[in-house]
Amino acid sequence: MKKKRLFSGGLGQLTIPFVAICLLVLFNVIRDLIMIFVLKTPDYISFFSIEITKNNIGNSVLSGNLISIINGASELAVLAIGMTLVTAACGGQDISVGAAAAIAGSVFVKVLKASGNINAGTVILAFLCACIVAMIFGAFNGTLVAVFKIQPMIATLILYTCGRSIAYWINGGATPTVESPIIEGIGRFIPGIPIPTPVLIVAVMLIVFKVLFRFTSLELFTQAVGINQSAARLNGINPTLIKLLSFILLGACVSVAGIIGVSRLGLINHETLLLDVEMDAILAVAIGGNSLGGGRFKISGSIIGAYVIQMLTITLYSMKVSSTDVKAYKAIVIVLLVVIGSPVFKEKFGRFMARRAASKVQAKGAEES
Amino acid sequence: MKNIFKKRQDPLTDTQLLMTITICIFIGMYLFAMIIFGGGFLHAQQIFDLLNDNASLIIVSFGLTIVMIGGGIDISVGAVTSLVVMSCVLYLNSSGGNLFVAILLALGIGLAFGVVHGLLISYLEIQPFIVTLAGMFFARGMTTILSVNPQKADHAGFTALRDTQIVIPWLGYTAKNGNLVPARIELGVVVAILCLIVMFIVLKYVRLGRNFYALGGNQTSALMLGINVKRTRFLSYVLSGLLSGISGFVFMMHTGAGNATNAAGMEMNAIASSIIGGTLLTGGVGNIIGTFFGTMTLTTIKKIVVSSGLNDPWWQSITTGGMLCLFILLQSIVLGRRAKKK
Repeated sequence: MKKKRLFSGGLGQLTIPFVAICLLVLFNVIRDLIMIFVLKTPDYISFFSIEITKNNIGNSVLSGNLISIINGASELAVLAIGMTLVTAACGGQDISVGAAAAIAGSVFVKVLKASGNINAGTVILAFLCACIVAMIFGAFNGTLVAVFKIQPMIATLILYTCGRSIAYWINGGATPTVESPIIEGIGRFIPGIPIPTPVLIVAVMLIVFKVLFRFTSLELFTQAVGINQSAARLNGINPTLIKLLSFILLGACVSVAGIIGVSRLGLINHETLLLDVEMDAILAVAIGGNSLGGGRFKISGSIIGAYVIQMLTITLYSMKVSSTDVKAYKAIVIVLLVVIGSPVFKEKFGRFMARRAASKVQAKGAEES
Repeated sequence: MKNIFKKRQDPLTDTQLLMTITICIFIGMYLFAMIIFGGGFLHAQQIFDLLNDNASLIIVSFGLTIVMIGGGIDISVGAVTSLVVMSCVLYLNSSGGNLFVAILLALGIGLAFGVVHGLLISYLEIQPFIVTLAGMFFARGMTTILSVNPQKADHAGFTALRDTQIVIPWLGYTAKNGNLVPARIELGVVVAILCLIVMFIVLKYVRLGRNFYALGGNQTSALMLGINVKRTRFLSYVLSGLLSGISGFVFMMHTGAGNATNAAGMEMNAIASSIIGGTLLTGGVGNIIGTFFGTMTLTTIKKIVVSSGLNDPWWQSITTGGMLCLFILLQSIVLGRRAKKK
């Protein structure tokens, strides 16, 4: 009976992401065991091993697959936070986040280049400029959705089409590089801290949003607008404002993700920066158990969703699958996950478990009598 | 505008209104291009070139329009097209490649994707965006697994088919050196026109087509009217998959080579075409002819940007985005005003 409760919603909407993580961990444990004890592969490094190594500037840092999972998923996790809000408020998704991140990254680099020397002050100034530009683009999308009542996917298709070209235009047809210990500190490691900085940035973003939800009614209002817009309006909530706000907050997330992406490589490439991230971000929201039709949401679910996606990718990489082929395997796992999470499957599975429990009780009863 | 609507006994439906706007804008834009740029736009070949280059996009947009009328979305179409091209080229290049089997293979791959999408979306009630996203990932991944390098088809029968063109001498023009250049239409365009006619008839006169509109308009009402909602939705994805398969073969007839980056971004172009053509993503509103003109409008915008001498690589997509924005706002305002009047 206990088992049944776990599957039929003991964890609520976090069931799917947790099941996904458990499956992936289990898969890697089995693979480790087979590789070490059955095949006895020499020099095999366990998937879960974490080491402390010295990086090229003599800084001792953590490394290993688990670290690269939580590090690599940082941009995705930050975007998933904003995407969850937009999804919950509007019942649709923003497909322009990758393009907008490229714009934010370009502005960041442009301001740094224009200000000459790179120090803490100019980096903060550049970040603020990038943030404002990304929020303006967010407000543009938000206006189309909230004021002109256009479906989010269509409204953001505009920026999706031209965003990367705008970034190219800002860069002036080049892919400029920035080199500075500060930029390296943002994208990789701060000297003295063994945890990758992007992971810390995700933690900060999460805390900021948790505080925002704790001290304002944003979470409640967003859910109300997402579930029933007219009812929310009759209760004195302004749906237009809430939708617009969700897009502006997504804009802020986009700028942070863009800057992490730029700092990681130390250059801005408008074509490849966060390519196809919009699809992964939407996927993270869906794997997190949030309805893509809007309404109730859990930020934590989306973030776990982002880590699930990255863990899947790293698992495939560790099995020597080439980066272009990863998509095909990813698709199969995604389909499996959503099938397990689908309402019809849950219902059928629940009924099957109930029938088995019933037949067990019957068998017991027959034995006793 | 007001008087026209008042005089009519039977006012235009949303579908007809949006389609009319698109056709008017397309004609206006083309006339504008003819007057301003002259040159190439004055020849009939310009329109045929647009059709030749975009036959597969037109076909894919039809499938997307049907899915969108039914209230769904299919973003796998471009990737499926690419997979079909790659597998057909590899099959034709292998020993014993048969053209007829290649066509069946193209249709089969498209149909298989459509059936799987339809089953998952309709009978397991999974969100269409996620399912077709997975389909897109799978098709793109399979394309690179088949071959990372570009493959050129050198099957004799296929090259003959590829080079077959319909030549219309009286629509041609005289080139600068005095030679008559006849107008040329590729076979892909004929396929696209056939798809247009068939899909138009299906959506207008066949019960299945009417069911798509009912399903997209209001699912609960459709169910109460006795429509098999699940089967209708399933069939909309099957049709879209099938059209992606056809589009793949047409794409191959145009380029003659398989490449992992083929048809990149085609899904978004197809969605944009459908929207410009007056299809609403919420479902229930849309028209095949509108979609056809939507695709033509989208491609004409790109042609105009190239002709107007904005050579920097970014202008093409920035103007396309701007025009898309204009269209979307226009539709929103027109529909909003109508809703208020009611």
